[in-house]
Amino acid sequence: MAGDLKKKSIFAKLGGQKFIVLLVVIVLFTFFSIASQDFRKYTTVLNIFDFSYYIVLMAIGVTFPLITGGVDLSIGTGLICYSLAGGYLVVHLGWPTGLGLLVSVLFGILIGFANGVLIAVMGLPPFLATLCTCMITRGLGSICSKGFGISWPTTGAPGSWFRSIFKMQIGGTKIPIGFIWILIIVAIMAFVLNHTKIGRYTIAIGSNKEAAVLSGINVKFYHIMAYVISGFFAGLASIAYAAVFPTVQPGTGAGFELEAIGGAIIGGVSATGGAGSIEGTLIGVFVICLLKTGLPFVGLQANWQQIITGLVLIAAVLVDIIKKRREAK
Amino acid sequence: MGEVILTMNDIDKSFPGVHALDHVHFDVNRGEVHALMGENGAGKSTLMKVLTGIYTKDSGTIEFEGKEVEFHNAREAQDAGVVIVHQELNMVGHLTVAQNIFIGREFKKGFRIDDKKMNEEAAKLFKRLNIDIDPTATMSDLTVGKQQMCEIAKAISHEAKVIVFDEPSAALTESEIAELFKIIRDLREQQLGIVYISHRMDEIKVITDRVTVMRDGGYVGTLITKDCTKDDIINMMVGRVIYEEPKTKSLVPDDAPVVLKVEHLNAGKMVRDVSFELRKGEILGFSGLMGAGRTETARAIFGADPKESGDIYINGKKVEINSPEDAVKNGIGYLSEDRKRFGIVVQKTIAENSTLATLEKYMKGIFINKKKENEVTQKYVDSLATKTPSIDQLVVNLSGGNQQKVVIAKWLVRDSEILIFDEPTRGIDVGAKNEIYKLMNRLAAEGKSIIMISSEMTEILRMSDRIIVMCEGKVTGEIGIEEVSQEKIMNMATREIS
Repeated sequence: MAGDLKKKSIFAKLGGQKFIVLLVVIVLFTFFSIASQDFRKYTTVLNIFDFSYYIVLMAIGVTFPLITGGVDLSIGTGLICYSLAGGYLVVHLGWPTGLGLLVSVLFGILIGFANGVLIAVMGLPPFLATLCTCMITRGLGSICSKGFGISWPTTGAPGSWFRSIFKMQIGGTKIPIGFIWILIIVAIMAFVLNHTKIGRYTIAIGSNKEAAVLSGINVKFYHIMAYVISGFFAGLASIAYAAVFPTVQPGTGAGFELEAIGGAIIGGVSATGGAGSIEGTLIGVFVICLLKTGLPFVGLQANWQQIITGLVLIAAVLVDIIKKRREAK
Repeated sequence: MGEVILTMNDIDKSFPGVHALDHVHFDVNRGEVHALMGENGAGKSTLMKVLTGIYTKDSGTIEFEGKEVEFHNAREAQDAGVVIVHQELNMVGHLTVAQNIFIGREFKKGFRIDDKKMNEEAAKLFKRLNIDIDPTATMSDLTVGKQQMCEIAKAISHEAKVIVFDEPSAALTESEIAELFKIIRDLREQQLGIVYISHRMDEIKVITDRVTVMRDGGYVGTLITKDCTKDDIINMMVGRVIYEEPKTKSLVPDDAPVVLKVEHLNAGKMVRDVSFELRKGEILGFSGLMGAGRTETARAIFGADPKESGDIYINGKKVEINSPEDAVKNGIGYLSEDRKRFGIVVQKTIAENSTLATLEKYMKGIFINKKKENEVTQKYVDSLATKTPSIDQLVVNLSGGNQQKVVIAKWLVRDSEILIFDEPTRGIDVGAKNEIYKLMNRLAAEGKSIIMISSEMTEILRMSDRIIVMCEGKVTGEIGIEEVSQEKIMNMATREIS
């Protein structure tokens, strides 16, 4: 029987790309800690966590469309749009905070569903469909807030309870409690991807859609679901964004999706679909977050961050391609 | 042989411009293996697609277990117990064997998919079929043969009552075929009705009880296998179409010069140390199983895939071919097996396609000289007898055979001396096939040299002056048309596989 199987490399046994990327995270963290005294501070670590939540949430969501072989470009401008819409209801119309947050999430699900229908039912290429909804959500966001920035209730103000979902103050120290939620969500979504129909059919669609259709799977439904999940998580990300930043500005958000997609791909989601993991995505996003926070400490400013992030992404995709070529031989 | 389990009566189906099924009759008994035979395009696959609901029939009835049925999709047919084992394997490479077998009807514990139970059930299934496959292995890690076994196991796990095998042996080695036959006999023993589609005459004699022959979408007749000869079946299959006489000896003069010489060519796993010579005016057939490395060899010669090592000589002179551009400059034309993907631009006109590889000849400054382009296109439309209302017709509107002629024209316009035909008649109907054969013979007679890759044994035997057999990326045999036989080729084609 062993003869039927190609021998698995040591690389694959260690969990493949995930393992290497985890090493990269550790190396980056160690490097920045040694290189900069300021980086070693607790507040920096807090910052890294604070600024990671919304990207991680987007990335977890977008992992599903990516595994189907598609993409979701609408999550970045989407999250700003959802946050503005919910925030407007809370700040200007006096809705309870909880209801405003719920509207943000529902808005995300709605746009995700629209993406899914455009792609799975109408047959638009994912890149194009979500590029359109990206532009639409950008405009919608400005309309929702009448063109002004929205400041969700600040810490201490009434209705600001949602800010402590992610950062709790116990005594004098702030605890990045949001990361615990992230870990729980990662565990849940990893279960969904690996042990439920939604996850399995997401993989099947990305790996061999024809086979999925011929197996009698309702491919359209599960294809739509992948984008609904992505939209839902963009909605959750909008909460995380509102909780961390004092003000949400209309017209921003373009480019956030690239950090999320980049993180997922660094974390081992195949650029051509069919393979990927939620844990990998989490680790991949932290590479991007560490670069983003760490590089300024060693004197490299925003432009350099983007160049270096781009190069890391190329490296990650090349690893995927080389791996496939080896397998083909 | 038991009672009738499935009857298809008077089935009619038309597509725009094609009468695909013309009042066809077909039935299967319990405990019977019934062969469905016919040339490419005879309508076998269409009939089976009508059976399983992938196509809707225009008229006719299907009776299954005594009741009239109409399936609307593959799922409904499966649930009733009618299952196809497809020629192209329909497996999800990223999932495990067990996950593939139970896809679409996973065992569940609440929300959770019960992989453990699926693995156990798959193991039981394999044990029942006497197949040795690990249910937890990833599908893409298995050999093609093993994947096919999984596909069969999947079909059987649906509690199938009728199983359709669509050319199951095309990718299998001899020992795997033997294994497959054992399974099919077991299934017959269990009173299943089995439909067996194949081109291989020998297999039909070994494994089937009855043979139904189709031709040009019509029903020709049904024979009891043991009472008929191979020739009876062939006559029924070919019918009125009179093919070019098969060659009995090579038409290449003994002193014809070598135009292409390939030495020790290596490219990836599928091309290993390939050497051969092609002579002027020769049709050199490349035979072998699916995945033997023939297309890969052609692509490496043509510069479409990178070479690791090896030399190519054209007219005795060593040439460097590192891209299709180099190959075209050296007079090589490649007619891909997948015309729509690689051969033609379907949304363009015949004229635009014909000059695609030679556009620089038809330029006036930076503009295309439409008049000159039209002249040369018309010339080849006439000489190849391409059937089209005008040379401004979009290629997508032509039939398969005429599309192939446009591709041929493209390379003739380029003055290619060496033409590589990869599965030249795939997807081309019976009548047009003969025209392509005539054309190839004419080109060879005019001094063009042709490499013909074909998976159809009859085509290889009918057309080649000489035959090269490949297996697992290596050349395993070379044989002249005078001494060739189907058995010899099959023997060579499976030589490397233990």
